[in-house]
Amino acid sequence: MSETTTTSAETAPAGKKSGFSIVHLLLEGRAFFALIAIIATFSFLSPNYATVSNFLIMSNHVAIFGLLALGMMLVILNGGIDLSVGSVLGLTGVFAGFLMQGVEIQSAGVILYPPVWAVVVMTIGLGAFVGLCNGVLIAYFRVPAFVATLGSLYVARGVALLMTNGLTFNNLRGDVSLDNTGFGWLGFNRLFGVPIGVIVLAIVAIVAGLVLSRTAFGRWLYSSGGNERAAELSGVPVKRVQVSVYVLSGMCAAIAGLVLSSQLTSAGPTAGTTYELTAIAAVVVGGASLMGGRGTVRGTLLGAFVIGFLSDGLVIIGVSSYWQTVFTGAVIVLAVMLNSIQYGGRRIGR
Amino acid sequence: MKTPAHSETPTNRPDEAEVVLAARNVAKSYGAVHALKGVNFDVHRGQVTTLFGENGAGKSTLMKILSGVQQPTSGELLLEGKPVTFSSTVDARDRGISIIHQELSLAPNMNVRDNIFMGREIMGVTGVDFAEEERQARALMEELEEDIDPLTRVEDLRLGQQQIVEIARALSVKSRILIMDEPTSALSASEVEVLFGVIRDLKERGVSIVYISHHLEEALTITDHAVVLRDGEMTAYAPRNEIDLEWIVRNMVGENFDLGSPPEGHAFGAPALQLENLSVPANSGIGNAVEQLNLTVKAGEIVCIYGLMGAGRTEMMECVAGRTEATGGRILLHGEDISGLTIAQRIEAGLVLVPEDRQRDGLVQTMSVGRNLSLASIGNFTRGLLTSRRDEREIIDRSIREVTVKTDGPDAPIGSLSGGNQQKVVIGKMLATSPSVVLLDEPSRGIDIGAKAEVFRILADHARDGMAVVYSTSEVGECLAIAHRIIVMRRGQIAAEFTHDTTKEAIMAASGESLVA
Repeated sequence: MSETTTTSAETAPAGKKSGFSIVHLLLEGRAFFALIAIIATFSFLSPNYATVSNFLIMSNHVAIFGLLALGMMLVILNGGIDLSVGSVLGLTGVFAGFLMQGVEIQSAGVILYPPVWAVVVMTIGLGAFVGLCNGVLIAYFRVPAFVATLGSLYVARGVALLMTNGLTFNNLRGDVSLDNTGFGWLGFNRLFGVPIGVIVLAIVAIVAGLVLSRTAFGRWLYSSGGNERAAELSGVPVKRVQVSVYVLSGMCAAIAGLVLSSQLTSAGPTAGTTYELTAIAAVVVGGASLMGGRGTVRGTLLGAFVIGFLSDGLVIIGVSSYWQTVFTGAVIVLAVMLNSIQYGGRRIGR
Repeated sequence: MKTPAHSETPTNRPDEAEVVLAARNVAKSYGAVHALKGVNFDVHRGQVTTLFGENGAGKSTLMKILSGVQQPTSGELLLEGKPVTFSSTVDARDRGISIIHQELSLAPNMNVRDNIFMGREIMGVTGVDFAEEERQARALMEELEEDIDPLTRVEDLRLGQQQIVEIARALSVKSRILIMDEPTSALSASEVEVLFGVIRDLKERGVSIVYISHHLEEALTITDHAVVLRDGEMTAYAPRNEIDLEWIVRNMVGENFDLGSPPEGHAFGAPALQLENLSVPANSGIGNAVEQLNLTVKAGEIVCIYGLMGAGRTEMMECVAGRTEATGGRILLHGEDISGLTIAQRIEAGLVLVPEDRQRDGLVQTMSVGRNLSLASIGNFTRGLLTSRRDEREIIDRSIREVTVKTDGPDAPIGSLSGGNQQKVVIGKMLATSPSVVLLDEPSRGIDIGAKAEVFRILADHARDGMAVVYSTSEVGECLAIAHRIIVMRRGQIAAEFTHDTTKEAIMAASGESLVA
């Protein structure tokens, strides 16, 4: 054992040498510099790119992926993966639409129209429930995270299709006479000129940042992701932490589902297909380690903005959407490659 | 005791048997840690050379160098008199040197034939020539006089037979030198006899064996030469007919660096930890690793648990700490039964474990020194919902001072510390929870002698303040350091109990170290 210990001691300080500082800075802040480069390039290519209104519109797009990515980051910090977020986004959107259409209770012969706040609470509750199922399967039944969440990817999508018979709920505006208006507020309104979706993202990001850096739960999450056995022996409730991250990820997906269906004023069962992959990409571009234990809210947000601003920029300058896919893929691979350069030297055999 | 190594070095003692492989002044350092300090070592054709030494004496490092896993920092290897460097294990294997590790490297899901030829499949015109492989495998088994069908799956074989398969694999590449690391540790007495028969047979065919074992007497029955390592230096070398058990023990243990003495001048308090008929299941799931163990440790007392690998020390400690469930018996902490409590609740109640493998169980490599130190006491600096940075900093600074961690600061990455300082961080982390009972599993493993002395000093200081300390070790010299009482464990039970004024030989004898398994 002394061998592994001391070799790691030898290699680790190398990154701290002053000669490496510029490379180190570029490596550490790569998502930030990438974002600057993207904005600079597209501003040069299109006069419409660097305008406040365009930034706000793009940010509103990013909000969806950003919310998913924040939840995903919590799971990835724990060393897991949550493939179900895209489907959960679709399911919760449909569920919200379903509630907005009114719930008919046949035995009582009445149709209930829950107010918007109740719809929001119940929808987030549904996201949390799917996350709870994922978490319990993974933590207590030892189903690998990849498989458990792949399963719920299918189940959630299937349930969403069943609920609507494959159709889309179009009437989400509510009715003044039923006192359930205001669903569109989430997606359309602006506070001080900023879209509500972006504000929701900011609030979730601030809460997540505080939880990670200033609460016991945050510390538990980093430690159990970094070394679960050591965390357990230090008294960290590793199973509860593991379940919690999936619940939180499900809740984030539900919030994203609400924002998206509100933005579209319709809830389709196929919304959010493959969004989980974009979310994972944002987390990875943001510098988190898929092995767990490393990652920040700031990085993940930057990752989401890099991917969002890049694809929107390509749309604005009129590049084919096929090329967008190619570019996004290249960015992801590049990011992971830089990740391994950054963390590779310090890896300790597990 | 520094016997000048040169008086007995192989260079000055030409032996009648030809030297096939020789190490000259081989040294290996890992950063500031010197695992090997200029070792000379000869392997004679057709003879068994046994390496003796305690854990951390440098045996495994020497083995890694001889088998090409690692390159020496300085010094050279001579194969048949010519200097060689092995770039990899494959390179060493191609030159006729094979190693059989303590943990066998067979694929249990594949059959004997496929394991023997793994990575070197014999190719025919239509792919792998299984018939030829099987014929050769059968021939090898016949040579070894073992009745193992090459088409049996390895997982269906007994451990002893699996060992034979490993040997067959080594022979199939025409190995001239076979390094065996603790080959008998998992074998029954009859399987050991079979293995020794095979070794004698190999010797007759001119294969040289390098043998490592903790079972001293057992090794003496098979060896032709003995080499003793201690703290990375070769302390003695002699052919079999000039040595006995006592000679080996004396050279292995030597006169240790002063690791302190039991703290005195304080009265022991009430029983802090009581184990009553404790039974703990083995990791393999078959049988018990600890059988009906009874032990009482009083407040302020330091108890050392000595035993060989597999004696049940780790299993016992992990069960007491709450990682595994007992199959029977009770664990009392200050008179209260704590079975059913989670690890976190036991830490809250004042019972902590410093695990054996600090990389795997002790440290979170992705976090800084400070965050590792404060990990177990997050509750102590949480105010309401949020943690208090100031309070955390205070706890970290106090821990760094208390366990004297040498670090650039609390924000330094944990990997930047030396092994000894990492160990202090793991200990400091648990001490920061203000425990009343501390279990330490091999706290001195893989750390240098100065750090060992400091770790023991920290423990002695806390015992004086009324903490109950239980530590395990497999280095007999450390039993006699600070322990008031020494418990020798053997096969999950207490084999003997000693006070501080016992001898190393008595402890080793009680552990079964010098007896044939």
